[in-house]
Amino acid sequence: MNYLDALVMHGPRLWDGLLLTLQLTVVSGLLAFVVAVVLGLMAGSTKLLVRLPARIIIEFFRGTSLLVQLMWLFYVLPLFGPSLGAMLVAIFALTLNYGAYGAEAVRASLTSVPQGQWEATAALSMSWPHKMRRIIFPQAWALMLPSLTNLWVHLLKGSSIVYIIGMSEFTFELLQLRRTTDWLFALAIVGLVVYFIIALVLTQLMRLFEARSKYKLGRGPSLKEILSPVLTNKISPADEPAAVAPGGAR
Amino acid sequence: MPTPTDAKPAMPVIEFRDVEKQFDTKTVLKELNFTIERGERVTLIGPSGSGKTTILRLVMTLEGLTDGYIYIDGAPLVYEQRDGKRVPVSKRQQKLLTTRIGMVFQQFNLFPNMTVLENIIEAPIHVLGINKRDAIDRAHQLLEKVGLPDKTDAHPTALSGGQQQRVAIARALAMDPEILLLDEVTSALDPEVVVDVLQVLRDVAATTDVTMLIVTHEMSFARDVSHRVMMLDGGKIIESADPETIFTNPAKERTKKFLAAVLRDA
Ligand SMILES: Nc1ncnc2c1ncn2[C@@H]1O[C@H](COP(=O)(O)OP(=O)(O)OP(=O)(O)O)[C@@H](O)[C@H]1O
Ligand SMILES: [Mg+2]
Repeated sequence: MNYLDALVMHGPRLWDGLLLTLQLTVVSGLLAFVVAVVLGLMAGSTKLLVRLPARIIIEFFRGTSLLVQLMWLFYVLPLFGPSLGAMLVAIFALTLNYGAYGAEAVRASLTSVPQGQWEATAALSMSWPHKMRRIIFPQAWALMLPSLTNLWVHLLKGSSIVYIIGMSEFTFELLQLRRTTDWLFALAIVGLVVYFIIALVLTQLMRLFEARSKYKLGRGPSLKEILSPVLTNKISPADEPAAVAPGGAR
Repeated sequence: MPTPTDAKPAMPVIEFRDVEKQFDTKTVLKELNFTIERGERVTLIGPSGSGKTTILRLVMTLEGLTDGYIYIDGAPLVYEQRDGKRVPVSKRQQKLLTTRIGMVFQQFNLFPNMTVLENIIEAPIHVLGINKRDAIDRAHQLLEKVGLPDKTDAHPTALSGGQQQRVAIARALAMDPEILLLDEVTSALDPEVVVDVLQVLRDVAATTDVTMLIVTHEMSFARDVSHRVMMLDGGKIIESADPETIFTNPAKERTKKFLAAVLRDA
């Protein structure tokens, strides 16, 4: 069987595997973001009763491996609790695991917002939710995005581990294909390229968010300026965006 | 010499009673007692580390109070006495009082994620509940007052230090504070723009009856706008008098020495 035939024959299964990988990456990624923000805010609290539970959850999920978490949830939990099914278990474990790492990034970036900003919100008698939503978080956002992007790419690659609870994601299907051909090298390249492309899309997407958040803080060009060479196929003078004052930022 | 606008003679607008402040084991303020009347403008002077900033930060509740009591318009700000015990006041009560207090910082601390206008209207709308239209009108008036009517939509990072500080003053005034705390608001500025910022403050002093508690090294400014100057040393007020007396004929040798040193450096 030649390589192309094998690829065509396995095409549908590879495609399904790819979709599952993407599903896990996007769904767990978004949920992990929510978990990271909630735990990160809690972990940054001055109140021990708020901080402690967050710390316990963060340290637990960072301190035990994803593999073990998956096995516990999938094989052990059903022995004395509910059986959640592979998809739920996979999303649950990926979400909490990467959410715990993300929480550290969120907490660290909140503490990096200058003390003076916190004091200015206090001098204006802003409530906690108000200052967080309108002042502190938007500034921390620009700081946390690079770490969150990294974690998201890790999640993409790390999601292949769900094969151990019987889920046929992309890497698994690729390895299946290997059994019927000896095109190990070629297959490895397919895997490499596919993961690389997905990761590239994720990081570029996140870089746009990052640029936008920086522009809102008065640092760097606007999204329009960044995208204009792409959209209009023109190269804009490199020194122009920095020279214009980012007035009217919303 | 200016005199305080005499409103109700009743309550002092700020009262420190036996205030003590420690950082870890270091006592910065001890048995500090003073009152400030409504509409009074008081300047704190004293050597570095004498506790001037700490006093302002205690009033703004940016620092915890180790012992004693602070009253705003007669109401306890941090702790109150109840059944002979010292108990913390409710968060609600504290917020009610702190909304009447505004502060301008040495480092401006404008919000970089907002335009000048947004910086000014944010708290009036969301903390005081003023409607947006009115808040914007008021912001325009204030920007006019501080000499920056054309900077409404500018970004703080696009402004000079002096301009940022004038926006910060407008932001504080937009809350209509009864008390305005100013901590070395010109210390981070280039000498040429210091005079602009001080002019704005002189103007505020002349046209409003907001109570001001000022920390500054600008002695001529202090002399012009203050009703009273308090000399602080080692966490204690060693002398308190009208600026004329303090600057020309201080009672304490320590004050005389301090002023001689400051005026020589200036
Ligand atoms: N957060 C803090 N932790 C520990 N010590 C502090 C802290 N803040 C202030 N201090 C100490 O308290 C003392 C008074 O400080 P404060 O800032 O009130 O002085 P100051 O009169 O404003 O001085 P300066 O003229 O230099 O601004 C100083 O000895 C300072 O080191
Ligand atoms: Mg100071």
